[in-house]
Amino acid sequence: MTRIALIDHGAGNLVSAARGLERCGARVTVVQSAAGLDVADGVVLPGVGTTGAAMARLHEQGLVAALEQWSKPLLGICVGLQLFFAASQEDDTRCLGFIEGEVARLPAAPLLPHIGWNDVELLDDPLFDGLGPSELFYFVHSYAPVPHDEAAVIGWAEYGSRFVAAARCGNRVGVQFHPERSGAAGLAVLANFVAGCKEARRAA
Amino acid sequence: MLRKRVIPCLDVTDGRVVKGVQFVDLVDEGDPIELAAQYAAGGADEVCLLDITASSDDRATMLDVVRRAAQNVFVPLTVGGGVRSVEDMRATLRAGADKVTLNSAALARPELINECAAEFGSQCVVLAIDAKRAGAAALWEVYTHGGRNPTGLDAVEWAAEGAARGAGELLVTSMDRDGTYDGYDIDLLRAMRAAVSVPVIASGGAGSIDDCVAALDEGLADAVLAASIFHRDEISVAVLKAGLADAGVAVRL
Repeated sequence: MTRIALIDHGAGNLVSAARGLERCGARVTVVQSAAGLDVADGVVLPGVGTTGAAMARLHEQGLVAALEQWSKPLLGICVGLQLFFAASQEDDTRCLGFIEGEVARLPAAPLLPHIGWNDVELLDDPLFDGLGPSELFYFVHSYAPVPHDEAAVIGWAEYGSRFVAAARCGNRVGVQFHPERSGAAGLAVLANFVAGCKEARRAA
Repeated sequence: MLRKRVIPCLDVTDGRVVKGVQFVDLVDEGDPIELAAQYAAGGADEVCLLDITASSDDRATMLDVVRRAAQNVFVPLTVGGGVRSVEDMRATLRAGADKVTLNSAALARPELINECAAEFGSQCVVLAIDAKRAGAAALWEVYTHGGRNPTGLDAVEWAAEGAARGAGELLVTSMDRDGTYDGYDIDLLRAMRAAVSVPVIASGGAGSIDDCVAALDEGLADAVLAASIFHRDEISVAVLKAGLADAGVAVRL
């Protein structure tokens, strides 16, 4: 069974992320420190809330260094993806810096927060295996990442302006939407991540 | 493109779904866990669970309902009723809610909205407003405790204050139309839309597909919430969404 460590930094969507991953066949362990990570095949960094609060918790928990050293698959969801970037305008927060770029408030959005099901243009990536070139996913956010290099982008969405809906840097992949709350398409994304964790374990 | 949302709402008391007319004469409508899963599978864009007796009763039963509903619902779950503190909100989110509605407690102490938004982010704080027309003019008064207590507050002003304090969404219920099948209060929705720049969920009065089209097109709402029409299978979620699409509304099919 594929073991996923789900990081508990106080995010609101912890439970739904756990249920979604379990539905995809993963054994989920909720971790609040680096102690639980060693046996995991993959890590999920969820997030509903603010980047400032999330980064502060990760520092307190000693998880910043652990995530920097983590080389197996890592999935960031919503704020979890935003934490991959160097900095966020929200609370003027310094983040993990895995991907060069900043997190900015959605420009030209008709209403904020951006809440609801939005089309996402999916680029070729193992995370989207079996899905079409465009799928609907559920979003709840006001900020989105702006990578310096668009090569990191694996999904685009449009709300007032085009914004990054998914990004990858090696084994670190993240989505701005909530796969755990996006019905069948969302569960397919989680299942692809779990399958990737299993493959990475076999290859190791 | 952002799609308009259809949100079935389950009013829950003592672990059962009930529905009344204008907030009274409650009738048992079924099991919330079964209904939530059925709606999600049928194409609901979100499911709303409201603990309608929570201001006076024990919350443990409701948290258990949320926990069990969240097991099988892979669309967003909005939960409300009786949330009085940051800790209540945390417990509700931990039980599996994605968003939490604040109502009576926010009226008693408006700072609660700021505190919840600071702790969990605006995007999961929904301000629920039960509004009733005050005379013939375009004025609505806010009621609390399941529509039992008038507050003297202007609903549109309260909405603006709530959004300024950090509510990320408004759930606006017309008490005059609730359970009547007479259609949403379009004037109320338009007044809300003009007052705030956060999404507005229309509630109270849905009786037909046309009522939902009117709330989204004329009322400029971002989502329609309904209870009675779905519980009694008068219009299924799938039929409503197909009807909205036929009327030119962008929905998720």
